[in-house]
Amino acid sequence: MKTIDFILNGKPIRSELSADRRFLDVLRKELGLTGAKEGCGEGECGACSVLLDGKIVQSCILPLASVDGKTVMTIEGYKKTKKFKAIETAFLKEGASQCGICTPGMVMATEYLLKNNPAPSYDEIRHGLSGNLCRCTGYNMIFNAIRRAAKEGEGLW
Amino acid sequence: MKRDISKSIDNVEGREKISGEAIYTSDITMEGMLYAKTIRSTIAKGRIRHISIPSMPKGYYTVDAADIPAENYVHMLHEDWPVFAENSVNHIGEPIMLIVGPDKEVIKDIVGDVKITYDEQTPVFDLSDSHKALEFTKGNPKHAFKKAHKIITYGYETSYQEQTYIEPQGFIGYPENDGVTLIGSIQCPYYVKNAVKTTMGMDDDKVRVIQAAVGGAFGGKEEYPSLIGCQLAVAVAKVGKPIKLVFEREEDMEVTTKRHPAKIHMEAAVDETGHIRGIRSHIGIDGGAYMGLSQVVLSRGMLAVTNAYTIDHVNCKGDVYLTNTVPNGAFRGFGAPQMIFAIEMFINHIAEDLGENPLEYKMRHMAAQGDLTATGGVFRDPILLNEMLETIMEDSAYHEKHKAYQDPDVFKGIGMSWFLHGCGFTGSGEQEKIRARIRLKKDDKDDVHILIAAVDMGQGPKTTMRKLVASLLEIPIENVHFKNPDTRYVTDSGPTVASRTMMVVGGLVARATRKLSEQWVSGQELVVEESYRQPDYVKWDQDTMTGDAYPAYSWGINVTEVAVDPNTYEVKVKDMWNIYDVGKAIDERVVLGQADGGQAQAVGYATLEKMEHNAGKLLQKNLTDYIIPTAADTPRMHNKLIDNPYPLGPYGAKGAGELTLVGGAPSVALAIEQAIGRRIYKIPATPEHLMELMNHEDH
Repeated sequence: MKTIDFILNGKPIRSELSADRRFLDVLRKELGLTGAKEGCGEGECGACSVLLDGKIVQSCILPLASVDGKTVMTIEGYKKTKKFKAIETAFLKEGASQCGICTPGMVMATEYLLKNNPAPSYDEIRHGLSGNLCRCTGYNMIFNAIRRAAKEGEGLW
Repeated sequence: MKRDISKSIDNVEGREKISGEAIYTSDITMEGMLYAKTIRSTIAKGRIRHISIPSMPKGYYTVDAADIPAENYVHMLHEDWPVFAENSVNHIGEPIMLIVGPDKEVIKDIVGDVKITYDEQTPVFDLSDSHKALEFTKGNPKHAFKKAHKIITYGYETSYQEQTYIEPQGFIGYPENDGVTLIGSIQCPYYVKNAVKTTMGMDDDKVRVIQAAVGGAFGGKEEYPSLIGCQLAVAVAKVGKPIKLVFEREEDMEVTTKRHPAKIHMEAAVDETGHIRGIRSHIGIDGGAYMGLSQVVLSRGMLAVTNAYTIDHVNCKGDVYLTNTVPNGAFRGFGAPQMIFAIEMFINHIAEDLGENPLEYKMRHMAAQGDLTATGGVFRDPILLNEMLETIMEDSAYHEKHKAYQDPDVFKGIGMSWFLHGCGFTGSGEQEKIRARIRLKKDDKDDVHILIAAVDMGQGPKTTMRKLVASLLEIPIENVHFKNPDTRYVTDSGPTVASRTMMVVGGLVARATRKLSEQWVSGQELVVEESYRQPDYVKWDQDTMTGDAYPAYSWGINVTEVAVDPNTYEVKVKDMWNIYDVGKAIDERVVLGQADGGQAQAVGYATLEKMEHNAGKLLQKNLTDYIIPTAADTPRMHNKLIDNPYPLGPYGAKGAGELTLVGGAPSVALAIEQAIGRRIYKIPATPEHLMELMNHEDH
């Protein structure tokens, strides 16, 4: 049987599950990692965002086959990093999380944004987050948090 | 010096939410857990002729009306909304049965194999079938209209709005102690508990409801969870195992309650000086197939008929019309956003018709302390709208921009609305229906536990209630505890709705805290309780709808700047300046967060969020079709708060959550009017709608 091998949060995983399984289900149901959330199941809301070889992807529309030979980072792995601490503090201080269901996805989107642009402008932040929906905050406090993370975490990205 | 209570602290739930550790309903798995999927009506109205069920594999079950031990209705205000359709269906998507079993794929196959035949009947989609009519009168509107120098009449229309919480609805139910326990994404644990008791015919100690982390609600998880909670309770009782029922996005958008579409007729009697002597209004809301909470939504809408203006003679009528569409229900603002859109646009339109400056015209009618409300109650507390207006005009450079944008070629506009929001339940609702009870417990380590049914769905009561108690007792917030409510341990402090949590429940918590402080003996366990008492001065007659509709009002002003693309008519909402009087913020950042979020929902309501149905079938059922504001759409928010402590609120706090949404749409629409030089009578003002307006020279 063809196995699917990938690195998840720094650990090698070998899966014998069907290659067409949704990666979000593999994470949440098979591996018990519930940090990525299902908001829409169609790649629109970003609550299920994870990093695939460092690139942000929606795991609800990602078949398991797509991670073969690749590296995946979810919030469970990311939260152990220094960069996460900077983002966490900034989100907390700026009130960027309300109900919290979009927040792990927003954090992953923030990492992707800052990695590619450590000092983003206001418009670059808006554009960078436009794949992640939030219904509580109106986004302004998230923008402020990202600016704070970029500033206080200078040198990390 | 004591620290100002409003000074912000970190959200107490922040870390677990940011790190993805908070446990939402769908994150929970139980040993031997089954799944459930709903079979729904595919027609808008008819009788069920026959249901053909395929042979069920072992371990799979159907659950329907025949399995209900007691009452087949969802206990709310009326008894018309079935838990499962029985014999007849009244809207597309109406639940008929659940298929329950261990494997979701197998369940899906079974669902596909269930065949239902119907005798179709003629559905109703227009606003013609009134199931509740309300009316109130202030002064002598007949006389005012008879003597009017001029009568000005316009009609306004608002559309559906979908709450679009990012976490879809869901529950897990399991058998416990010969009863049933439900864990879910809910705003009102006791609404669910009381509904399940009624449907199951169970005693109080057999039904337990626990709140999981709630991924947004906005009213959408006020009454609807009672329906699915009852269905799941029936299934758990039948099957005897834990069952998870979580909606997918499309299902959630197609079948759950939304903001009522409304048609509002406004008439003003104007005297020789241009002053509005009287207003007559009729609001019709589309309740969908069942009454649900529509009557109360209608009532709150009607009570906003004169918004923050004093009009001496008023007659307001309203109807809830039932149609063969998905039932509508609670959504932040609860009828007020519809009416405030109408009255704010109307006052501007009257001023323009009379050749008056709209801002000056509005100011001449502005409500002041001591004035009578639309229902003849009294605005007892100070109204700071003038000061608020001064601040916001300056912050937004309103006058300069308003002048500059008169040039039709710039396609920019600035709009302003002001508004009030009644805090807590309407009239005597708190006293007669809710009768909130709260409990505080001090343990032998001198830690204090807040035992109330208020739900933190992102709006921050975990933080603000703990802060309130800690501040009053002058103890660290770490020594004050507030867990997600579990009806086994918490009292019924009422639903988490109606901007009541801090003012009403928080008021009781503050009172209990003082009691606790007086009786405090270190190292000893102590329990104190408080229950709601209506302030003596509040007089309300529900039959005539006269008197004090609310014990207190919060106030707000929104100023919005837009740019409209002259080719595509796409509206860019650039900036919003906003100022609110919520009495006293228990945590400034929490209230400012409510402001940002409420305003973004208002921007969506005014411009983007189009939802309509075709013969009862919703045309927008996912986040691709139904557009809520993204990070790229949201305006820059400039928010301020002004202190105006309410004597009976904790530290002076009034309501905040709904206020930030109720008045935003007209400020956006008025800005668009200036940008395009056409009047707007209908929202959402989508590019298609604006194009229609631009193509009609007679506006």
